[in-house]
Amino acid sequence: MTAVLPDTALRIDGVSRFFGTGAAQVQALDNVSLDVRSGEFLCLLGASGCGKSTLLGLIAGLDAPSTGTVDTAGRRTGMMFQDSALLPWLTAGGNVEVPLRLRGIRRAERRARVDELLSMVRLAGMADRRPHELSGGMRQRVSLARAFAQEADILCMDEPFGALDAMTRDLLHDELERIWRQTGVTVIFVTHDVREAVRLGDRIVLLSSRPGRVAEVFDVDIDRPRRIDSTQVAELATRVTTRLREEVGRHGH
Amino acid sequence: MATDIGINRSSLTKGDTSAPGDTRTAADDLDPGVLAGLDALDIPTAQSRPLAGRAWAAAWPKIGALVVFLLVWQLVVWSGWKPTYVLPGPVSALREFGSRLGTGHFWDALVRTIVRALKGYALAVVIGGVVGLAVARFTVLRTAIGSFITSLQTMPSVVWFPLAILLFKLSESAILFVVILGAAPSIANGVIYGVDYVPPLLVRVGRSMGARGFSLYRYVVAPAALPSVLAGLKQGWAFSWRSLMAGELLVIVPGHPSIGADLQNSRELLDAVGVMASMITIFFIGVVVDAAFNAADRQLRARRGLVAEGNSAVRAAQRGRSRNTAAPGSAEATAAGYPPAGPGAIGHDGGGANGGGEAGQS
Ligand SMILES: Nc1ncnc2c1ncn2[C@@H]1O[C@H](COP(=O)(O)OP(=O)(O)OP(=O)(O)O)[C@@H](O)[C@H]1O
Ligand SMILES: [Mg+2]
Repeated sequence: MTAVLPDTALRIDGVSRFFGTGAAQVQALDNVSLDVRSGEFLCLLGASGCGKSTLLGLIAGLDAPSTGTVDTAGRRTGMMFQDSALLPWLTAGGNVEVPLRLRGIRRAERRARVDELLSMVRLAGMADRRPHELSGGMRQRVSLARAFAQEADILCMDEPFGALDAMTRDLLHDELERIWRQTGVTVIFVTHDVREAVRLGDRIVLLSSRPGRVAEVFDVDIDRPRRIDSTQVAELATRVTTRLREEVGRHGH
Repeated sequence: MATDIGINRSSLTKGDTSAPGDTRTAADDLDPGVLAGLDALDIPTAQSRPLAGRAWAAAWPKIGALVVFLLVWQLVVWSGWKPTYVLPGPVSALREFGSRLGTGHFWDALVRTIVRALKGYALAVVIGGVVGLAVARFTVLRTAIGSFITSLQTMPSVVWFPLAILLFKLSESAILFVVILGAAPSIANGVIYGVDYVPPLLVRVGRSMGARGFSLYRYVVAPAALPSVLAGLKQGWAFSWRSLMAGELLVIVPGHPSIGADLQNSRELLDAVGVMASMITIFFIGVVVDAAFNAADRQLRARRGLVAEGNSAVRAAQRGRSRNTAAPGSAEATAAGYPPAGPGAIGHDGGGANGGGEAGQS
């Protein structure tokens, strides 16, 4: 195995993942290799069930590969889940505070950090609300703030905006891009929305289905700030979609 | 509605394009007001009724039920089914209860009974909690004693007394032994179910934030299991209270007055009024403890947003039913159930659910 370069945040090397045993065995990932640069915004794109969540789980250390290695060179990973996954017994502020408590940060400092993070996602003053008192979009932003509270070097995001209306999602794209620029965090962003991937990513990794393999990697050379409805985004999205269709089509018969 | 969003949307994107050479990100140009405006639409408006009103709403059905019960009791007495020295009426029973409140003996007995209950219950909580955690954690233990705990739970606690009396004679320990055996299995099961049903997603959330081992239990597993644990605690209390009453009737420790001993005493003296007065005492303790558990449970659910939604779902179901029973398309059908009558009908998770939720609650 080659050493991880200084500006490589993450090296995925020959990773496969099987679930189950015997006849019922499913192969979710097949020999996936990928280098992610430090500070890069990488989008993982693929059809439903192609192994995107499985791959994120491996990167975040929630699961171990069957074969191959995931090397983060000691970098801290954080995770933002689909449908916010806030702890329902805590307030918005309490949720953001948990990662800080887990890292042993003192109370006074925690308070300040929570306020800072919540205003970063434009939820200042909402700290005492409980998750059920917030809208879906606001919960997602709390979840975003909580993910940033982990001060991870690599932030994994699993279809974080999948369930939101288009307008809220556009606004959160802007927020995320702004925060990513401010903090310089490496982002691995899973989606099955092609335009979203083009809107946000430096690179787009297209995964094929059953088992998941890297089918193609697209570089996104569009200046930021980007708009999801710009022609450049639409053009690249069309190309990626065509390629995605081919991949899905291979399973159609 | 759609056009509103369209207008906002275009003004927003215009902001981005008006400065093509600008190095600022789109978000810097973003008017925070737009997001705030969206948020304002989304936040449920909190509504709560004054405390006195809520207390009354919670109290009147109970008072009503009590009045009906006393009335039926009185009617049975008046019917002459049994002579009054066997079945006294509520007035004389309550008068006896009232006069007992002035005696030192009553309070001695009450305190001893409550101390026994608390002691036994506390030990049952510790034992049940530890056993429950251990069974939930270790598969071997689960296979070994998991179903054993449930069979223990279904065993009537009275059947333990012969053994308890052989082991401990007629002593406090005999009572304690049975109280613990009565309550601990329910508490252990509450803990086991609570831990088993922690949503795996929340465990992943905890682990992704760096929680392991004890901190995972502290931040995720324990709070997630709390509702089930509380249910186990409540059931455990019911069992320990029953076991204690059975114990005080059977195991009378000389020189140790207790409510159960008083009850047994009154029976032996054919003092029916005394029997009734003791039972009123036991009933009252039950009511008070039940109210405390219910308050804790309600607070827990309210904090997690489970109260209002549950009620709104129930009311929505009722609305649906009333709509079905009215003739379709008739004026009554429209007036009775459709269109929805209150604000609660509009939001699936909206403010109306909170506003109306408490009205249906008691
Ligand atoms: N714990 C598991 N046990 C068995 N099979 C699993 C498990 N987790 C995932 N799989 C299988 O692995 C494959 C990939 O699942 P994964 O959740 O990674 O897909 P995905 O790309 O995230 O899909 P989606 O876009 O729908 O979220 C699927 O076929 C799934 O059935
Ligand atoms: Mg997934």
